[in-house]
Formats: sequence, C-alpha cells, structure tokens
Amino acid sequence: MLHQSTKAPGEAVAAPPPTGTVRLTINGQQRELQIAPWTTLLDALREYLDLTGTKKGCDHGQCGACTVLVNGKRINSCLTLAVMQEDAEITTIEGLGTQENLHPLQQAFIDHDAFQCGYCTPGQICSAQGLINEGKAHTEAEIRELMSGNICRCGAYTNILAAVKEVVDAKTA
Amino acid sequence: MSNTTYIGKPTSRVDGPAKVTGAAKYSAEFNVPNMAYGWVVSSPIAKGTITKIYADEVLALPGVVQVFSHENVPSLAWFDRNYKDDVAPGGSPFRPLHDNKVKFSQQPVALVIAETLELARYASSVLRIEYEEEKHETSIEDKRDDGFEPGRGKTGWMPPPPPRGNPDKAWENATHRVEAEYVHGAQHHNPMEMFGTTVEWRGEGKITAYDKTQGVVNVQQYLTKIFGLSKDDARVVNLFMGGGFGSGLRPQYQVFLATLAALELKRSVRVTLTRQQMFSFGHRPHTLQYLKLGTNPDGTLAALQHHALHETSQFEDYTENVVNWSGMLYQCENVKLGYQLAKLDVFTPLDMRAPGAATGSFALEVAMDEMAYAAGLDPLDFRIRNYAEKDQNMDKPFSSKKLRDCYHQGAAKFGWDQRNHEPRSMQDENGMLVGWGMAGGVWDASMQKAAAKATLTADGKLLVTSAAGENGTGTYTIMTQIAAQTLGLPIEAVTFKLGDTDFPEAPVQGGSWTAASVGTAVKNVCEAVGEKLLKFAKKMDGSPLDGASMDDVEFVNGQIRLRKDPNQAVVIRDVLQASGESKIETDSSAMPNYLKQMPYSMHSHNAVFAEVKVDPDLGTVHVTRVVNAVAAGRILNTKTARSQVLGSVVWGISMAMMEETVMDHKFGRYMNHNYAEYHVPVNADIHDIDVIFVEEEDDIVNPLGVKGIGEVGLLGVAAAITNAVYHATGKRVRELPLYLDKLL
Repeated sequence: MLHQSTKAPGEAVAAPPPTGTVRLTINGQQRELQIAPWTTLLDALREYLDLTGTKKGCDHGQCGACTVLVNGKRINSCLTLAVMQEDAEITTIEGLGTQENLHPLQQAFIDHDAFQCGYCTPGQICSAQGLINEGKAHTEAEIRELMSGNICRCGAYTNILAAVKEVVDAKTA
Repeated sequence: MSNTTYIGKPTSRVDGPAKVTGAAKYSAEFNVPNMAYGWVVSSPIAKGTITKIYADEVLALPGVVQVFSHENVPSLAWFDRNYKDDVAPGGSPFRPLHDNKVKFSQQPVALVIAETLELARYASSVLRIEYEEEKHETSIEDKRDDGFEPGRGKTGWMPPPPPRGNPDKAWENATHRVEAEYVHGAQHHNPMEMFGTTVEWRGEGKITAYDKTQGVVNVQQYLTKIFGLSKDDARVVNLFMGGGFGSGLRPQYQVFLATLAALELKRSVRVTLTRQQMFSFGHRPHTLQYLKLGTNPDGTLAALQHHALHETSQFEDYTENVVNWSGMLYQCENVKLGYQLAKLDVFTPLDMRAPGAATGSFALEVAMDEMAYAAGLDPLDFRIRNYAEKDQNMDKPFSSKKLRDCYHQGAAKFGWDQRNHEPRSMQDENGMLVGWGMAGGVWDASMQKAAAKATLTADGKLLVTSAAGENGTGTYTIMTQIAAQTLGLPIEAVTFKLGDTDFPEAPVQGGSWTAASVGTAVKNVCEAVGEKLLKFAKKMDGSPLDGASMDDVEFVNGQIRLRKDPNQAVVIRDVLQASGESKIETDSSAMPNYLKQMPYSMHSHNAVFAEVKVDPDLGTVHVTRVVNAVAAGRILNTKTARSQVLGSVVWGISMAMMEETVMDHKFGRYMNHNYAEYHVPVNADIHDIDVIFVEEEDDIVNPLGVKGIGEVGLLGVAAAITNAVYHATGKRVRELPLYLDKLL
C-alpha cells in the first residue's frame, strides 16, 4: 500500500472513533470484545480471539484464505466488519472439527493431500462446506468453478477437487 | 516382512491434522501478551530523498507508541558484512531505515507502532512524509547496451563456461538455423501467507522471533550480527510457513523492523506486511534471452548460442544460472553462453522456484522446438537425437541420468505418437484448435551440511530435531519416515521437530536440497542411536545378538534382529529398560562426500508433454492436459512428491499463461501489486495433470539416493505449453505470458 496523506499541513490528525463492545457467536460460543468499530471480522478472530485458523492472505477479498461460514454461508471475513455480524452464527475452521475428531472434509483433504503449505486450507475447507450447503455443485466442472474463489499458490487444485468431490458424492449418494 | 518400511510409501502428511483444523501456528499467529503492532509505511517514489517526516502528528494520537524511521534508529552494525545473509549476492545489502535515501518504490521508510493493529494501520495512513524525487531508471529495455558480467555472485552461482568449439563459424555453416529473442517480465513469488514476524520480548534483551522464513539459522545470524545479540538472546522459530518458493530465503525487512522495535521498546511486537508490500522485495528478474541454434544435415546440433540479460538492483548483483543449462542438456560441440546484468532502481531480484532454470529452459526449449520445425523433425525425436550422454560443461559423466526414460514414459502416457506434426492440423469435436507440445529440463542435485539430534526414551518414543524448514514440501513427513524406518519404529512413535534455532543447524530450505541434506543427517543420527542400542542389547542377559556388529543386524518392526536369522531378535523398548538408562540421546551431522562426487555431474531431469485447446476466433487458451515425467533419484514419499510436481505444473501453467508484474516506468512502480491483478491460476484453470516418477538409482549424490523435487518439476512446463500453442495455431509466441492478444 502506498501511503501518502492528503491532510493539509498544520491540520491536526483526526483521532479515530472510540472502541465499542461487540458480541459475537462463534462456533456456538458467545464472545464479547472491546474493539474499534472498523475492525474486520478476520482481525477480530485472529488478533482478539486467538482463532488463528482463519487466515489472512490479502485483506482485500481476492484470495479466499479468510473464508468462514456465517449462518452457513461462505463469506470472506476480511470484507465484513465484526460489528456487522453480531446477530449471526459464525463458524470457523476450529468449529468444523478437531485433530481428534476430524470433519469429513478435513479427513478428505488429508487423504487426497489437498494442500502443501496449509495456509489456504482452512479457507478451502470452509468454502467447500459452504459449497455443499449451497447444493449447486455436483460435477467436477461445477466444483472447479465454484471453488475458484480460493487461491492455492502451492497448486493443489487437482487434489482439492478430488477431496471435495469425494465428500460431495458421499452426501448425495 | 517389515511393517516399518516407510521410505517410498505414500504416507499422508504427519502435520496434516494440524493444518486442516487451523491448529498449525504460522509466524504472525503467536499471540503473546502485551504485544504492540507495527505497520510499515512504504515509499511512493522509486528514487530520491526523504526530506521530512511529521512523526509528531501521529504520535499525538492516544495509543500510538512510536514512529521509527532513519531519524531515530539507534546506531547499529556499520559494515556491510553484518547485513549479509547466507543467500546474499555480491554488493551492499539493503538496510531498512538506514538513511534518508530511497532506492526503490515501496521501500520501507517508517514503522508505526501502536497498541492495536487498527490504530497502527490508521496512524500509518495519516503519517505525512515529504520526499525530493530524483529521476529513476526501471526499464531493462533501456539498458540493453549497459549489461555487465557480474564478477561476484551468490553461493551456488556459476559463471557460464568458456565457449567450446567454434560456435560462430558452426552457426554460419549450419544446414538449418534459427535465432530469436525470448522475453519474460518480472514475477513475484506471492506465497499465500504474507511475511510477518512476532517478536516476543523475553526480558533482559532476550527475544524469540517467530518469523516467516525459509531459514531460521540464516535469520538468527542476520539478527545477531546487526543488533549485537548472542545466539541465546535471539531465538528464531518458524514451525509452519504458508509458502515460500524462494521468497523467504533471505531475511525480509519485517523481521529487522519487528526486532528493532522490540529491542527499543522492550516489549513484544508484531509486524505483518500487506499483500501490496509483498511486491516490495525480491522477484524473478525481467529477462531478455537471445538464442541461435543450427543443425547438421543429420539433425544433430551444429551450434548453440544462448545469451541472457536480466535486471538487478543498484546495490546488489543478483545472479542465477540462466544459460549454463543450455551447455549440458544437449550434445553439441560448438557452444557459446553469455550472461549479463543491468542495474535498475528496483529491489534486488530473489531466487524464485527453479531460479534461472525455469526461465533458461523456457527460452532454450522453445528455441529447440523452432529448430525441430526448421529441420523438419519431430520435436521429441530431435531431442533424442541430441541426447547428452555426459555433461559437456564440466566434461564429466552424470552420476545418473534417466532423461531418456522420461521422454519415452512421458510420450507413451501422453500418446505423443498420435500427433500430427503440422501446425494447425488438429481439432477437437467443438472446433477448438488442439496443440501438443513438449519440453524438458535439468536441475542440480545438491546437498548441504546439516545436523540433527535424536532422543529415544524408555517408552519407545523417538524425537528427532533439526533447524530445518517446512513450507509445504513435506519435510515433517519425510523426516519422520526416514527416522522411523532407520530405527525400525512404528511411525506413530516418532516425532520430528523443526524450525527452531534451539535445534541443530540446517541450511536454508531451498535448492531442492532439504531431503538430501537434512534427510541424511536424520538417517545418520538414527543410525548413531542404533549403534548405542545395539551395545546395550548385547549386554542383556542371554542376548541373541551377542557378538553381532551393526552390519549383522537390522532394525525392523520395533526390534533389533539378526539379518541371517530374523527369529534372533530383541525388542527395542526392552533394550532401553534393561539398560537402566532413561534415554539415548545423540547428535550427528551430514555433509556431501566430495571425494566420491568429484568425478561426476549430478542432476535431476524431466520431460513435459502439454495439450492446449485454442479458440480459433477468440484466441483463448486452455491447458487441458499435462504429463510431467521426472527422474529425480529415489522418491521418499510418492504422495507428497507427486503433490510437489502437481504444484510445479500449476506454476508452469501460471508462468506460461498469467504471471507478470507490470512496471509503470513513469512512477517506477509495480502497478498490479495485488492478488486481483497479479494473476495466478484458480481451480477452474487447472485440468488433467499426470505425474510420472521414473526409477533412478544413484548412490553418489547422497546415502539416501534422493535428488530433490522442489524445482525440477517446473522446468519445461511453460515451454511445452508455448510449443503446444504454436502447434495449435501456427503462431510462435516468444514473450510470456501468453495473453490472448498475442494469438489474434
């Protein structure tokens, strides 16, 4: 980002608005935060709630690494403010499964080696759950197209497709 | 039968459960108490002087802690050598916040520290800085006549060999000739995780830096030399890395800035870069290559000339091996290779996956396709006619080379024999033009010094540690496999830890050498544990191993047993318990056997076959099928290795079709510095990819027989696609990426 202030010389820097209380429901738990009103849901999760499974890859809605489920729908958590989600049910990767009790998508991602560095993976898995909730994608071409909001720089796409297809097929079988 | 044979098996990643559940902690995710946030302010100009920083204005905001700039940075190490890291090229490394000079666009010029991330970002956005601009030069095209031969390069760089034969005369006299220029722009690594560092203040001048890096030891040395810290004072940790591809080989400026702030403020600090700032350091250099090829009447190469010119910064001479490969991939008696740099007002370029070879092989392999057509030969047949049985650059035989098998197995899988040689001769049922192209490449099989430590405890659990890296390559998994198999333990009983300077030293994770280097160290240290175990085992009452040497026994299925009579065995867990020792702990290291290796040239190879479909009206290209046959010695894990090559193919498709960082020379600034405008493939762009691992045995490269697969898979992919596009359309494109306007 190239910063160049447009403020007139001599003019005092405006103090930002004060923090406020935000109440969120995340993975079934009530959480209360004291944060700046322009704090994104992504930063609220990562910097204030220690839910670092949700990743920041661009902060501009371009990469999908921050995908979470809000009322079952996949969204980019960097493109919404935490305060806008006070009445919503938010599910993050931590809410889908644990290492001891993996969600079927998490297991499928391991079985198909659908990741390398693992940084886009929570977003891919949340996005895949959102895709399953939508019920639109059935063929390989449809899954490819509707999983294209999530960039994987390691290039695990063919394995991601195989993992998601396996779970989609199991749901519809 | 052994149940503890793991090497070569498709073992699932041992760090998989942590990664798929979000439990894996990356560097900017260590939430330590009382942490302040830093936000980097980047220069909007490419060259000039900072004349004024209005820090007081933002320091007046409640919650803003400090503004660091050249005006208030304490006195640090003076000499260039203190700033040089393991991977630094020749020259003077960039020193963040050192003085008022701006040397490249997006140079970090200030660091704003605040109590919260939100406030740090806001304060940085209103920080006024005034500059005096100077004229900058950012176009390699303007520097065609100003190239120079670098006298100093980074470790591993080799100047091109001197010419052999009579390359000019041979080219003049050749039966068929081609000559052309090949160009690609700058490319940025863009790993998914942005560079970030959490520096934990441990009190009394001690810090732990959780840093995104491909080499914790490299970063530790860098920090200790600059800030005058002891190794105990500066622990560097990186347990997981959200992609590197070379971008993390050198310490990046956020680790400098976060450390500076933590030491000055005596508190923990986190600095994370933005995606835009990920374009502010290190890139694959914009490169211009010129090739001349000529053939004899029998289709053998009469002459080969390859010259490359690429950019570097004003302050360092970045080097990579671009042209050398052309002197060794094919048999040719008359060869001339040239390599030059030109200085621009940009940041120093940086190794990016298969540096030099990815780009050199693009130019060479497209030129080879042009030569095949000029000589009226099938491109695969042409390559086989010119197969190099030895490395003519070094005049040495290869330790092993199965490239011919790559050609044959790849071609068979792809169905190359069904190809119609004529361009624009094949169509699919939807009227799309179909093109088939092929190419290949060669990469170094190298090994570095590495060390590891192993601890076997009485409960039969083994812990192995090394300061190696994991950026998605599978290090955790393959090291666990090697350790488990060497000591015959079930894989569940073995834990491998990495990425911590408290562990024995390992090299930066690059050059495709981690498996060879750290793998051999792990093997050695486990064998050392095995020797101690055998000693204890022989002392057991009525031991069946009495008198046995290491050569007489094998470690399998949790037992030490006689090779000649496997029924004569002791259980490893019982050995430790009988010994009365609580654990066996030992260190070991590994380094290349230079004496054994000296007579040989050691390399991995690959052959790539690609199919494209081109819309004849619109020029849109789809890469519908790729077969990549790789000969890289022994494959430790066929599952993770296959994934690495799949990823390489995606990288090659990206390089061919999408990637280019576009410089606006008016501002000296990269304009598409974000994920929306710097294009990389998404799922819908990727279709069928087949990976073949050709069997290749090599006991010269290292005791494991591995050559590494991080880079070799990328070679030739962009060229194979470019050649396929020519075959589909009859249009020869020599400038990447292959945007559709080039086909209309």
